[in-house]
Amino acid sequence: MSTPYTLTTRADRAQARRRRRRRQVAISGISTVVLLGGLTARILTASGWPVFRRTFLSAYWFGKSIGGIASAFWLDVRLFMVIELAVLLMALLIALIRTFEVPLLFPVRLLASVYVDVMRGVPTILLVYLIGFGIPTLNLKGLPTSLTLLGGIALAMCYSAYVSEVFRAGLMSVHPSQGAAALALGLTPGQALRHVIVPQATRRVLPPLLNDFIALQKDVALISILGPQEAFRVAQIFQDQAFNFTPLIAAGLCYLCVTIPLTRFVDRMQWRAIRDRGSALALGPR
Amino acid sequence: MSVPEVPLSDATGAPAGAPVLQLRGVTKSYDGKDVLKGIDLSVGEHEAVVLIGASGSGKSTVLRCIDLLEEIDDGDIFLDGQPITVPGLDPVPIRRRLGLVFQAYNLFPHMRVLDNVILGAVRGQRMDPAQARTAGLALLDRFGLADRARDYPDKLSGGQQQRVAIARAMLTRPRALLLDEVTSALDPELIGEVLSLIRELKAEGMTMVLATHEMSFANDVADLVCFLEDGRIVEQGPPEQIFSAPREAATQRFLARLLRREDPDQPLVRG
Ligand SMILES: Nc1ncnc2c1ncn2[C@@H]1O[C@H](COP(=O)(O)OP(=O)(O)OP(=O)(O)O)[C@@H](O)[C@H]1O
Ligand SMILES: [Mg+2]
Repeated sequence: MSTPYTLTTRADRAQARRRRRRRQVAISGISTVVLLGGLTARILTASGWPVFRRTFLSAYWFGKSIGGIASAFWLDVRLFMVIELAVLLMALLIALIRTFEVPLLFPVRLLASVYVDVMRGVPTILLVYLIGFGIPTLNLKGLPTSLTLLGGIALAMCYSAYVSEVFRAGLMSVHPSQGAAALALGLTPGQALRHVIVPQATRRVLPPLLNDFIALQKDVALISILGPQEAFRVAQIFQDQAFNFTPLIAAGLCYLCVTIPLTRFVDRMQWRAIRDRGSALALGPR
Repeated sequence: MSVPEVPLSDATGAPAGAPVLQLRGVTKSYDGKDVLKGIDLSVGEHEAVVLIGASGSGKSTVLRCIDLLEEIDDGDIFLDGQPITVPGLDPVPIRRRLGLVFQAYNLFPHMRVLDNVILGAVRGQRMDPAQARTAGLALLDRFGLADRARDYPDKLSGGQQQRVAIARAMLTRPRALLLDEVTSALDPELIGEVLSLIRELKAEGMTMVLATHEMSFANDVADLVCFLEDGRIVEQGPPEQIFSAPREAATQRFLARLLRREDPDQPLVRG
């Protein structure tokens, strides 16, 4: 016995930590195997499993439909990108109108509030029907008649309402002193918005913004109810022919191929935002 | 929208001998609460005017009104003899002729130090970006911050951030520099570096108006000290007089309170 004061040494502690860690890994490993294995076993031994497999996981129908669905999915991707761009612009405009009080704009601001409330309150599918089938019925000159375009407009309207609220939260989170500093430097109010306030607001709301991107990416499938041959629509046509749901699963996989990487990306961003805030707290002025 | 790039005194066309800044009967209220109750103040060329007074006495409001960040209720403010508080006048070109430094630095956290410094010159004055960068780097170098130009502000100490903020306000060579308690958010060991920088600017003849709680610094740098209480300038005079022989009872009380806080054994008024 060397010193009478320390009963545990550094090595003892390290060893205890290692032991604790090994135990945790073992527990989580075993519980995962038991849970997932048990679940899989239950499903595979269920009496209906063969029927389920035939109707949802048929290799034959998967092979037959995936090519057509995947090429139709390209339309989804293009739609998504165009709609997203429109959503960002509309949402930012609405958020700016609603956040900054310009007396002249009062009626516009009122309109923007009503717009956001209505668009957020109405089921998206209703909006798609209303715009997609309603506008052509009006028979007005100059309005678009392409169902794909109308469906895109309906989605852009719905999502711009949601995203504008995200932007608004971001704009309001930028401290007024930042605007004052920009004005004091001789920037015009417009320049202050563009170079100082909007960039900071956007950075702060990037994770929730990307979240809404993902939701929109899936909802592009709603345009299928108007008829355009996007991935989900094509899958439904296969399904009708085959009396088999596998094509829908195939379409689902297409969506996952985009949403999962996007989701991972959002999570990384979120994590980085937390880390950056932490470091700002540690290093910033008191 | 062209603004004189370097509005030096002789180039302004101002009446000869007119003060750089002049306030006449300036009043300001926030939702019915009178915050400034008639401020008269004159700041001559190369002069440093220091505003002292208790918290809430209106020092920051005076500076914000001069920089047209607040609309005054009544009175006039003149810059080089020209009224700048005329209703309907565009405040933007006037703000470009003044520099304001805030207590909390208010640097833009999403921009690197150099971009913070040149933003006003590039966007406001439409200076050529390359030229602005050169000028900005030179100024940062002078302020001992050349190696931090590419950092983001939150990587800097408070004193460094405040020096960047001063550089940012200085790059466009303002007619007058308005400094609002630029050291009160700093740790004691960081105050010195900022104060010595301001002393240097003063020695070079920069016209400035400062609000501060640092009495010894005020004593050092001020040509004129104004004691504010409750939205009024109760007493003004050269620092030697204000700090050693204040005439008004309110000034005496304020200084006495301050000195007692700093050192309980001090006599009420130095000198
Ligand atoms: N935007 C505002 N809205 C309402 N009241 C305000 C506003 N800004 C300042 N005030 C009030 O005006 C008064 C003067 O404030 P000001 O910031 O000018 O004081 P100060 O002398 O700078 O104080 P300090 O030493 O604490 O900085 C205070 O009573 C404050 O509450
Ligand atoms: Mg103040």
